[in-house]
Amino acid sequence: MEKELIQLVDISKSFDGQMVLDELNLNIHENEFVTLLGPSGCGKTTTLRILGGFTNPDTGRVIFDGTDITKIPPNKRQLNTVFQKYALFTHMTIAENIAFGLKIKKRSKSYIDDKIRYALKLVNLEDYGNRMPGSLSGGQQQRIAIARAIVNEPKVLLLDEPLGALDLKLRQEMQYELIRMKNELGITFVYVTHDQEEALTMSDTIVVMNQGYIQQIGSPESIYNEPENAFVADFIGDSNIIPATMIEDKLVNILGTRFACVDTGFGCNKPVDVVIRPEDVNLVAPDQGTIQGVVTHLIFKGVHYEMEVMAAGFEWLVHSTTLFPVGKEVGIQVDPFNIQIMNKPESEDEEAVAIDI
Amino acid sequence: MTSKNKWLSTPYVLWSVMFIIIPLGMIFYYGLTDKSGAFTLENITAIATAEHAKALWLSLLLSLVSTLICFLLAYPLAMILSNMKVNQHSFIILIFILPMWMNFLLRTLAWQTLLEKNGVFNSILNLLHLPNINIINTPYAIILGMVYNFLPFMVLPLYDVLSKIDENVLDASRDLGAGSIYTFFRIILPLSVPGIISGITMVFVPALTTFVISTLLGGSKILLIGNVIEQEFTQASNWHLGSGLSIVLMIFIILNMIASAVFDKEGEGAML
Repeated sequence: MEKELIQLVDISKSFDGQMVLDELNLNIHENEFVTLLGPSGCGKTTTLRILGGFTNPDTGRVIFDGTDITKIPPNKRQLNTVFQKYALFTHMTIAENIAFGLKIKKRSKSYIDDKIRYALKLVNLEDYGNRMPGSLSGGQQQRIAIARAIVNEPKVLLLDEPLGALDLKLRQEMQYELIRMKNELGITFVYVTHDQEEALTMSDTIVVMNQGYIQQIGSPESIYNEPENAFVADFIGDSNIIPATMIEDKLVNILGTRFACVDTGFGCNKPVDVVIRPEDVNLVAPDQGTIQGVVTHLIFKGVHYEMEVMAAGFEWLVHSTTLFPVGKEVGIQVDPFNIQIMNKPESEDEEAVAIDI
Repeated sequence: MTSKNKWLSTPYVLWSVMFIIIPLGMIFYYGLTDKSGAFTLENITAIATAEHAKALWLSLLLSLVSTLICFLLAYPLAMILSNMKVNQHSFIILIFILPMWMNFLLRTLAWQTLLEKNGVFNSILNLLHLPNINIINTPYAIILGMVYNFLPFMVLPLYDVLSKIDENVLDASRDLGAGSIYTFFRIILPLSVPGIISGITMVFVPALTTFVISTLLGGSKILLIGNVIEQEFTQASNWHLGSGLSIVLMIFIILNMIASAVFDKEGEGAML
């Protein structure tokens, strides 16, 4: 892992008595693509605004490259932001927009011209310098907003749901564009989104947030495959979250049936939650399954079928490429390593949000 | 609008024919003819006579000064208002609009009473043994009256356009390294141009054509072009000359409108 570039230390913030961030601690490394992921109101945008200097934390410190920048105004910080609704200067041409930060820094005209050309090339809008922002599509405007930020050579680029206003197809294209730009520029990206797919696609590290708390920090794989609590499991993709009892190491009682698993260290006869991803539920002939059930719903999703199976009093969500018609009796089988054991939520906050979703 | 619903505009069309088109036609008829009914440009060129030119020049000067003062007073106020929360600013806007509900003549008469030699202000100043202010019947009193009456027409379009500037745009400017002064001159001011144009038009045009304010606060000595035209109609009964001078005044107003249209090419003007 590269060296730590940003440290958020014990950051708290409340608006009108409403606690938005509660003693948040977060380290961001150089060259990392970090995504703050969570539902609206989880504090992710506030965290980004504190990084950018637009919001002052009530308590805590922001350390940037070893220096405390908590009290430094945004115009003196070595970070640049890409705003959700582009925030382009509509009375200036695209080139003037891009040159805005460089003119303040009093760069030479030839330097600025070079930078404009370079930035427009980077965002694939080479001939747009003389156009006005109003004549561009949403996706193009957002790319200009990125170009305007990166010409200042920030060490960190902050992105506040930059793709939120774009349609699905464009959003997916822009995700690849952003990954490409990040690799080309070699700078740190801090990205805010509520879209879990976006987060999984682009990030090196995902920070799942809820109600002002960090729920889990990890790589996309670990967040998806090993969620630490029901909120994370539920927020990242579809999942079956089932109350269960840990009988002993590597053996769990799910809905009255014993399942082999791989987790250890939860103790004996301890109530837990298990997460089983829909694609990890194998439907087999009734006599081959660990438990038996009946298919109650069936939807064709393109890549796979989505089915619901009523078994042992629980509605199992199943993704499978094999079709089982409604009413068919099936057996359910799960490989031990696909059963993820989680501690029951201890704080009320974790619980509260699980219901929200 | 579908052709089916076109008849809905009939009352307005009738109204505008009777009270806008026909009177305008009559002004042009009178303005371009002499007493015998023959075509002449004399009523128009009469603006060049010393007396009329002086009145027009004074009108232009006083309305420009008033417009400038209104702008300088209104812009900071509009900026403060646009940064306020909704419940706070609606109260302050109410304070501004409240005087507009009272009759314009009454308000101007009130200023006359306040400013008179033995008026309210001077009585108070006498009590406090302070020097009197004697601005009644001077151009200063006229400017005061214009600013007082037309200030809300400057505040409202400015407030409207300033409150529509996206907060993120200002954040973006700061993010890119701009301080507050740079942000003001490069972002806020240019983005508020439609409101500025609108406000200028709405103060300058009525100030240029007024004759009530100049009559009540300027006494009989100071003649604005509005007074000259009024006198041609009421005292001299020379409708031809009055109409001719009105046409000249109209040209200045149209020039102002054209200037607005040029600046406000995006059609975002906050015309009220």
